[in-house]
Amino acid sequence: MLRPKRNTLVVTFHTTAEAMAMEVLCREHAIAGRLFPVPRALSSDCGIAWSMDPADRPQLEALLQKGEAAYDEICELLL
Amino acid sequence: MIYFDNAATTVQKSDAVIHAVTQAMTGIGNSGRGAYETALSASRLIYQTRLLVAQAFGVPGPERVIFTSGATQALNTAIFGVLRPGDHAIASDLDHNSVLRPLYHLQKQGVIDLDFLPADQTGRIRKEDLAAALRPNTRLVCLCHGSNLTGNVTDPAPYAELAHNNGALFLLDASQTAGLLPISMEDMGLDLLCFSGHKALMGPQGIGCLCLSRRAEVSPLLYGGTGVQTELPDQPPEYPTRLEAGTLNGPGIAGLHAALEELSRVGMQTVFDHESRLAGQFVRLASQIPGLRLYGDFDGLRTGTVSLNVRDYPSSEVADELAVTDNIAVRAGAHCVPRLHRALGTHAQGAVRLSFGWYNTMEEVETALAALRRIASC
Repeated sequence: MLRPKRNTLVVTFHTTAEAMAMEVLCREHAIAGRLFPVPRALSSDCGIAWSMDPADRPQLEALLQKGEAAYDEICELLL
Repeated sequence: MIYFDNAATTVQKSDAVIHAVTQAMTGIGNSGRGAYETALSASRLIYQTRLLVAQAFGVPGPERVIFTSGATQALNTAIFGVLRPGDHAIASDLDHNSVLRPLYHLQKQGVIDLDFLPADQTGRIRKEDLAAALRPNTRLVCLCHGSNLTGNVTDPAPYAELAHNNGALFLLDASQTAGLLPISMEDMGLDLLCFSGHKALMGPQGIGCLCLSRRAEVSPLLYGGTGVQTELPDQPPEYPTRLEAGTLNGPGIAGLHAALEELSRVGMQTVFDHESRLAGQFVRLASQIPGLRLYGDFDGLRTGTVSLNVRDYPSSEVADELAVTDNIAVRAGAHCVPRLHRALGTHAQGAVRLSFGWYNTMEEVETALAALRRIASC
């Protein structure tokens, strides 16, 4: 049985380097989250994505608007 | 053995480098090929190394640091990746075959026109010759920062300025200087910076870098798996992934990371001063030995590399005598710089190259001088 699903904010990337940069940025700003496989619902890609609590989305988006990290997409999923 | 071939590779590595490589070989997975901890540890290590390289060489961002198998792959990627049919490229007599052969190949295929800046008898080139060689369609200017034959260092900034004023990209081959001299892409106006990790940086073999300015757009040399954007039929367009098909050399990158940290701890200036003292003392005393001829310009900025010949002896025989009788490792022959040998007049004889490094001592220099006195007196 898989873990119970919950609403999750997912950030996808063009490159692994972008994903690593996101992890560093979030750690620096105490935004909890983790890297995990890109959900098949989002992409048939075999890359990695960043998952975090949607409650922290405003803090993340404030950083992204300042150009602190590159990414592909942001969305909320039940994972 | 006394090892004086540091221009080829630095044989002795720090314990930190050896430990880092060993740890990577026993503990990390394949970067970008999974989201489990061992794969992520590889991705994190590689990203941290991109940050270190970017900081050390004034690269505009970590994504502009491309890991390669060495300087040769970096140079090939840069040259084949920027030149297009109808372009004109300029290199010089100082350049290594890693620059010359890709350019000759493109010229032979009818893709590019090619010109070379001539070196004088001391192995120096002149920026005035670059100004005269530039054309409206010049796309790329290549410069060798430190000669692997004479040890002479050429200041890239004026050459970069001329190239940029003409709309060309500027490539610096820093194979002999990365880790020994300060290099900043931003300050020097570099578009493409190429170097290996196993020479002055004292990292492991099998790892090198191509660093890109924001202006540089480079097409891939290699195509293959990247771990991302799998459905794309082409390479992903974003750097560094565009230019990094296939599994990256995790252990090599771990070693480079440790080497950069070690160099930062010791101090690049400290290493440079040590090598300059050894090379300076060698040049002073060797130039007094009858029958020895040294090649290069000994007034300007130099690396720890010195080349010479003894009388009219073939350079291979002198190198072999030093190896067999004195247990001294030096490099004879043409050093993959055929144009510079022709400029220096040493194409037939070759030259004996001694390249001093961080782990050499003044006592070893004295031993080499004594051996050369004996050989020259015969």
